[in-house]
Amino acid sequence: MDAPLISVEDLRKDYRMGGHVVHALAGVSVDIAEGEFTAVMGPSGSGKSTFMNVIGCLDRPTAGRYVLAGQDVGRLGVDQLAALRNKRIGFVFQSFHLLPRATALANVEMPMIYGGVKRSLRHEKAMRALGRVGLSERCHHRPNQLSGGQQQRVAIARALVNDPSLILADEPTGALDSRTSLEIMALFQELNRAGMTVVMVTHEPDVAQFARRVLRFRDGKLIEDRAQAPADPAAMLAAHDGELRAA
Amino acid sequence: MSYIEAVRSALDALRANVLRSLLTMLGIIIGVASVVAMVAVGTGARERVMEQIRSLGSNLIIIVSGSVTSGGVRMGSGSRQTLSQDDAVALEREIGAVQLAIPVVRGTAQIVAAGLNWSTTVHGTSDTFLEARDWTLSGGRNFTPEEMSGAAKVALIGETVAINLFPEGGAVGQEIRIKNVPFTVIGQLARKGQNMAGQDQDDTILIPLMTAKRRVLGTSQANARAVGSMLVKIRDGEDMKEAEEQIRGLLRQRHRLQANQDDDFWMRNLTEVAATRDASSRTLAFLLAAVATVSLLVGGIGIMNIMLVSVTERTREIGLRLAVGARPRDILAQFLVEATTLATIGGAVGVVIGAVGAHAAAAVAGWATLIQPESVALAVGFSFAVGVFFGFYPAQRASRLDPIEALRTE
Repeated sequence: MDAPLISVEDLRKDYRMGGHVVHALAGVSVDIAEGEFTAVMGPSGSGKSTFMNVIGCLDRPTAGRYVLAGQDVGRLGVDQLAALRNKRIGFVFQSFHLLPRATALANVEMPMIYGGVKRSLRHEKAMRALGRVGLSERCHHRPNQLSGGQQQRVAIARALVNDPSLILADEPTGALDSRTSLEIMALFQELNRAGMTVVMVTHEPDVAQFARRVLRFRDGKLIEDRAQAPADPAAMLAAHDGELRAA
Repeated sequence: MSYIEAVRSALDALRANVLRSLLTMLGIIIGVASVVAMVAVGTGARERVMEQIRSLGSNLIIIVSGSVTSGGVRMGSGSRQTLSQDDAVALEREIGAVQLAIPVVRGTAQIVAAGLNWSTTVHGTSDTFLEARDWTLSGGRNFTPEEMSGAAKVALIGETVAINLFPEGGAVGQEIRIKNVPFTVIGQLARKGQNMAGQDQDDTILIPLMTAKRRVLGTSQANARAVGSMLVKIRDGEDMKEAEEQIRGLLRQRHRLQANQDDDFWMRNLTEVAATRDASSRTLAFLLAAVATVSLLVGGIGIMNIMLVSVTERTREIGLRLAVGARPRDILAQFLVEATTLATIGGAVGVVIGAVGAHAAAAVAGWATLIQPESVALAVGFSFAVGVFFGFYPAQRASRLDPIEALRTE
């Protein structure tokens, strides 16, 4: 593989809190290649969220370089960052962040409105994305008519719909029960096997075990970067159901 | 995001909170409704005044014989007939601006015809009276010059008189008796309606001046050629004020008035009276427009208030939209469209209510209202502008939210 999808060099982010300066990121350098499934770990205040915000082009670093798919993000203006988020990045949030009054289909279509995709094509692509997460039949349901797992699937379909280079998931299972969490992780692994780059922020080792690479942050610094053999959620699901039957 | 799409999503957002949207619109609805109703009623009222001016005949000055002071007692206008037929002849001859100067004598008389009788005002005047008043005949003919000079016993009757004396119609050619003098009806006047004072202009009979003096109303013993008043028509395009001054000068000279003496006649420019009424109704319209503007402003502030609430409530949504690629200007547009949609719908509803109100007012007052397309467009356009103006600040606040902070909001 040639140039990495994400290339970060000496990334720094300072916050001014009261009188003193907090170094949320204190010089982080890392490359993430296309097709990787990376978990970003660390306790709260470790800088992992700030890292994700910068990677997601939601926040600008105080210093350092960030190149996403060959593009130097530091030089981009507000509108160009918005376009980059729209085309390159799909966000998945802990609390789903679906529009409550819109149907699943309308929620998935929403990012394409800002990408200038034509109406007819939008519908088609949204249906395809919902198909990928297994929710074709529920496309006309509103979020409050869907279970938590289904809502998160809609959110994942929304993240996928613009064919991004990267899915950024922030604690994607934080609001889900353990069984649904396994299903969602199986879905991420499936998307990853199909070639999607996934970066997932979590503080739970149980969730991080499904990634193939783990980055661990502490005090704004990257303290660990290791590859691992991912756990298989399908097997664990079977085991989980077996336990339930036994009990 | 296309405009239509933005409007559709704005409507969705407004539907989500129908009662609130409705209450917010109320200010605009009331403002626009009052503007539309006021303009409609105002235009209708003005149209009525203009009609009255037209029915009066244009460019008319009426001159009435003035007061006489006798031993310190001022007798009031018309107490002596200071004007004469000769004054009228002189005005026509010597002042270029005067097109017609018509002597008029008037009095009240009981009219009898075929068993019915009616009391009305009899005008003795000339054959040019109709021309001066822009009055037409609905049947028959005007006086001939021979009838004028020969003091013929012929009469033109107004519609009200005709209806009261000849309920079956066919007044022309019939005989009537005015103060027991037999007259032949040679024409019937077309309907003119009320004048500005509310008097029925059709309740009248016109007879030749000479006939009136000799046979019906009598003459002044001092001056057989005296008349009570004169109707002067000024030529089109002449300055009314200037003509008035010339007439005043000539009459004063003819009446041999010294510089320290008051006029012994009294002049009134009828068009001017109507125009004054028109101006006062316009002032009223301006006042009402000002009230309406204030209520539109209040409505606009209501919109601003609710949009600020909406931005706060939907902070998470804004954060999400920013995260998935909305530019700040897209967010700005979304909230601006929402505010203007709110205001414009309010405006449209206001137009409908205003139109209904105006028609109701018109039905009560008995005049025509005119809903002008311009005023409707203006009202809707103005409410749109109110939406833009008062929606901008909340929309700008929404567009300046930090996506990270916004996403984190509970």
